[in-house]
Order: sequence, then structure tokens, then C-alpha cells
Amino acid sequence: MLKTLHRIAQTGIVTEPPPGVDEELRVRDALERSIREVLGRALCIRQVDAGSCNACELEIHALGNPLYSLESLGIRFVASPRHADLLLVTGPVSRHMEVALRRTYDATPDPKLVVAVGDCGACGGIFGTGYASLGAVSSVIPVDVVVPGCPPSPTRLLQGILTAVSTPRGKSLPTPSE
Amino acid sequence: MSLSRWMDLTTPVPAAAACSAIEIEPAAWRDLAKDIAAAGGRLLALWAASRPGDASVLRVVAISPPRVLLVNVRLARGARQYPGIADVFPSAARLQRAAFDLTGLRSTDGDARPWLRHAAWPADAFPLRNGSMPPPPPSPVDDYAFVRVEGDGVHEIPVGPVHAGIIEPGHFRFSVVGEKVLRLEERLGYVHKGIERRFTELPILEGQRLAARVSGDSGVAFSWAYCQALEHMSRTAVPPRAAWLRALALELERAANHLGDLGALGNDAGFAFGLAQFSRLKEHLLRATEQALGQRYLLDFVAPGGTRVDLPPGGAAALRRCIDELAAEVPVLRGIYDEHPGLRDRFSGAGAVSPELASWLGLVGLAGRASGQPLDLRVDVPQPPYDRLGVHRSVLNDGDVLARVTIRFEELAESLRLLRDLLGTLPGGNHAARVIVPPAGAVGVGLVEGWRGPVVVGLDAGPDGTIQRCHPQDPSWHNWPALEHAIIGNIVPDFPLINKSFNLSYSGHDL
Repeated sequence: MLKTLHRIAQTGIVTEPPPGVDEELRVRDALERSIREVLGRALCIRQVDAGSCNACELEIHALGNPLYSLESLGIRFVASPRHADLLLVTGPVSRHMEVALRRTYDATPDPKLVVAVGDCGACGGIFGTGYASLGAVSSVIPVDVVVPGCPPSPTRLLQGILTAVSTPRGKSLPTPSE
Repeated sequence: MSLSRWMDLTTPVPAAAACSAIEIEPAAWRDLAKDIAAAGGRLLALWAASRPGDASVLRVVAISPPRVLLVNVRLARGARQYPGIADVFPSAARLQRAAFDLTGLRSTDGDARPWLRHAAWPADAFPLRNGSMPPPPPSPVDDYAFVRVEGDGVHEIPVGPVHAGIIEPGHFRFSVVGEKVLRLEERLGYVHKGIERRFTELPILEGQRLAARVSGDSGVAFSWAYCQALEHMSRTAVPPRAAWLRALALELERAANHLGDLGALGNDAGFAFGLAQFSRLKEHLLRATEQALGQRYLLDFVAPGGTRVDLPPGGAAALRRCIDELAAEVPVLRGIYDEHPGLRDRFSGAGAVSPELASWLGLVGLAGRASGQPLDLRVDVPQPPYDRLGVHRSVLNDGDVLARVTIRFEELAESLRLLRDLLGTLPGGNHAARVIVPPAGAVGVGLVEGWRGPVVVGLDAGPDGTIQRCHPQDPSWHNWPALEHAIIGNIVPDFPLINKSFNLSYSGHDL
């Protein structure tokens, strides 16, 4: 126990410093404000792997590490779509996951946002479309924001979430810039 | 007949370095399989190739160190059935079912349920045989015949395909009494996206990009195995520097995955401190990797003939700094894990797979080494530069979550040692050689010990630089069945922890 406490004290807070220092952090600060403006509370995300190779999932995991510290921004991942404001969906959508993805979308209460993650979520990526792959997430459910990359970095994922939260539904699909 | 007698019948193929090929009639296949098993050999990969007009062939890669055997079971023209071997190598059962779903070649073994095919295509269409595929059946959902457990108080808990955490999709059907698990049946195939058919649409000199994305956590292992097969087929001499850089990338991949798993395993046992610490270290390693080699995850690093980019001046220093940090910090965290009574309590005895069971099931990779199965391709069939590195093999016999955690700690420490060694001895020269297109009909096999276990890629060249057939085999195929055994008698709330301790691939399995 003493060792653990010592380690915690020695590690200190490694979450990267507040706004104005670099682009990455400016985005996070803006993100927090946008969420408060749009939702007035924490943003809850349900992640759905609809056919990914798992690389996107690894980068989504990284959002929770102490350097990005997603939870300290008021964003958290939830276990049920019924608790979610936003679906973070990786692709390509396999035909075998089509029904599960539709059901997850239907179970998410309105108003809801969908962010398609990765080159595969954007357009099918290297897997394309075929007998088992439907390609882009938008071929199955409505998508608000697309975050390309193979896999996209945690920073780009944060930018994508920001863009989704700050974009009114019904407009054309924005793509976060590099 | 002993295995050495069979070896007399083999011809060295331009496949992997230590690989010999043998071509046999279906009638001899079961005898050979039994002799491989009797010699302590392991099934590493099994796939089928069937095209209208050609005789079909079943291909198997087996290993009995130091020998690797590529078995070609040549079926008579028009024949669509071959002798099953699930009683000899249990992991063949699902491989044979998958081979039927994709090619229409059926084994004589009993379980005729589909494995990779759900409802995306009709039962009489075969994606690796048909030229064009018919539209999917009208109902997008099928009914899978799970094995029912009957008895007083037995009930079922269906889980998935969408899981509660940020993990890949699959379905688990638990039959439980109270909290205790009587039986687990897995159903996979949800992320089947047609990878093997997609390979046949790519130029053979670009297939490594798709191979890297078979399982994104093992991109280096798969792309290296693919390139190994290709380079042997086209008789390319890979420059020493390229081999060193590939090993560097592979050990970075192993270290990153082990760091991630060690944190997640602490977290699944309620020790959030572990996740915070290890995920911080993993992020440092990914950033150092990007600084040195251009990507956080090295999905596009290994390329035919060598590597896509060289290690730039200054790259080695960035990696060394990070390796030094990890080498100093991980032992401290290991001490904390070792001394934490709550963690010990959750880890120890949970999800145990005995060495006897592991041997029977053919458990491989790090989970295998935690259950007394020593196979490590880096040691047993070392390719350059591993033949000069002298990898220290870690093996334990307890086979529980604790053993799988301990193996990760030991292999992480060994990877850090190897990384330092590789950086210290990195040869000069080119980081890639020119690769020519292999002739049509050439066959190659690549074998790489990824962080999860042995990765195999079987490659057949088509005419004009095309891919006739490519089969990437993830080690998870051999270990998923063991998870069904590991959970028996444990309580449902321990499943996430036990599952994580194996951390098997869904995408690499579902293809």
C-alpha cells in the first residue's frame, strides 16, 4: 500500500497542461465548453465495433489514459446505448454486425450523435465493400461526423467528438482537419 | 510410421526457412496427422483452396521443432470431402467448419454447423470458390444451434455481440447455476469482412497492407509473416538492417500490447491505479514509436523486401529514452502487483488451464507458455535476427490468470532487453531490397511469433502479380476453445478478467 501511494505521489498528475499551450489542448478546452453548451452535462459515449480490425479500438482506449484523460473533460464511455448521447462507431460494417449496429442505434435515445471512426468507418477502407462488408458506417445508420485515419490518433478522435457536439444535425457532414 | 519417415518424403519448398512440404493423398492424411501429434507436433494453420475446374487442396502447417511442415492434401478431381482430424488436433474442428463455409470442402468430422457464416451469404455459396456472390438471404439474422445444458436451476446468460466495454464483438452463451459457470459456448464470426477474398483482389506486392489489418494489434507480426512468404517465393534476400528493423518493430508491438494488457488486467480486478500507470507508459511508448518510425501503430512499416522507412538519425535515441524509462518503472509496478493482496486473490487460481489440457487443446503463444507449452517461434525456428539474439523463453505451469500476468511481465522485460540489443547492433546498409513478382503457382509460408502467439501466413501466387490465395492464421484460433474450458467452475463476474488474461483476437479470427 505504501509503495502504491508512493508511486501515485511520485507520478503526480501527468494530464497534459491546460489550454493555450498547444493545439491538442485547445481542442480539449473547446470540447468541454461545447459539451456544456449543447448538452449542459457530461457527454456519454457508447462505442460500437461494427467490424474493425481492433486498431481503432486501441486508440479509443488511449483517450482514457492519464495524458488525454477524457473523463476529466466530462466525457465517459457507458456500457449501454440507452445511457448514451453519442455512438462512436468503427468499421467497415460487416454484414454480420449490421443488425446489432441498427439495434444499438435504435436503442440510443434521441437526440443522438454518431461519429464514424477510421478510414474503414469512413468508406470501408482497405476492406472495401463485398459479400461480407457493407463498408462505410453511413451505409447503415445516419452519421454526423467522420474521423478518418488508420487508425486515427487520440487527438483526431477528440477533434471528431468536438465536431459532432458542435454541429447541428441536418447539415453536411464535416471532416475534422489534420 | 514415425514422423521422421514422413520427413523423408518431403521436399524443401521455397517457403519459410525451415519449412518442408509434403503432398499426400486424403487416405494418408489421418495417419500423418497422428504421427505429427505423436511426435509432439502442433497444428498451426489449416485452410482449403477450391476453384471450379481444379482439384481442391487442403493445406496444413504443423510444427515439431525444429521442423515446420506444409502438408498439401490433394483431393481427387471433383471430390469435396477430406478426412477430419478434430480428434487429433481439437482446434482443427472450427478451422474445418470455417474452411467449409468459405470453400465448400467438407471434413468427415461430425459438427456440420456453420462457423464463420451467419446470414451474410446463403449456405450453398462459397466466397472463396464462387466467382460472383449471390445477394444475401432476406433475413439478416440466423438461428445458431447452441448446445443446451439441462438441469435443475440451470439458466442461460447470453452476452454480445456488442459488449459493455470498448472491445471487439462476439457472442458468449453461459449456462450457469447461481453464479457458477457450468458451460460457456462461444460464437464468433461477427466481424467477418471477407479478408481472404479481398486478398485475391490485391496485387501480391501490396498484400502486406491488408495482412497488417487482419488484427490491428498484431500489424507487424502479420505484415512480416506475409512478406516472409512473399520474399521466399520471389527469392529475395532481405538486407540485415531490414531484418533488425522488423524485429525492432515486432518487439515494440509486443511491449505495447503487454503494457496495455497489464493495465487492463489490474483494472478488471478493481485496481484502477494499474490502468492509469500502465496506460501512461504505453502512451509514452507509442509516442516514441511514432517519433522514431512514423506511426504509433506500425501497420505500414514492414514492406516487401524490408521496411517502408528507415530508422532516421535521432530515432534510436528517442526509443532508447523510452526503453530506459520502461525498464526503470515496470519493475516497480510489478512489485506493487506482486504484493497487492486483492490482486493476488483475484488473479490466483482464476481461469486455470492445466498443462495436460493445454497440451491436448494445442494452446499456443503466451497463454500456452503460461500453461507449460513452451513453443516460441523466436526460439524454436528463429529467423534472422532472432537466430543471433538468443531470446529467453518464459514458461510457467499454473495456467491461471496470475500465470498469464506473470508471463506478460517476463516477456515485457525480455522485449526491452531485445530492443536495447537490436538498437545496439543495428547493421548499416539498405533497409529494403527490390522484390520481383513471384512466378504463378509459387507457394510460400511465413511464420512470426507475434505478441499473442504464432502468426502464420500461407500465400499462393497467381499470374501477373496477383494473389491466388492468401490465408492469414491468427493464434487465437487455437486458444479460443481453451477459454471455454478455463471458465468452467469459475463465477460469471470473473469472466471479464479471465477473458482479458487471454486477450484473444476477434478480427484476426473472423477474417
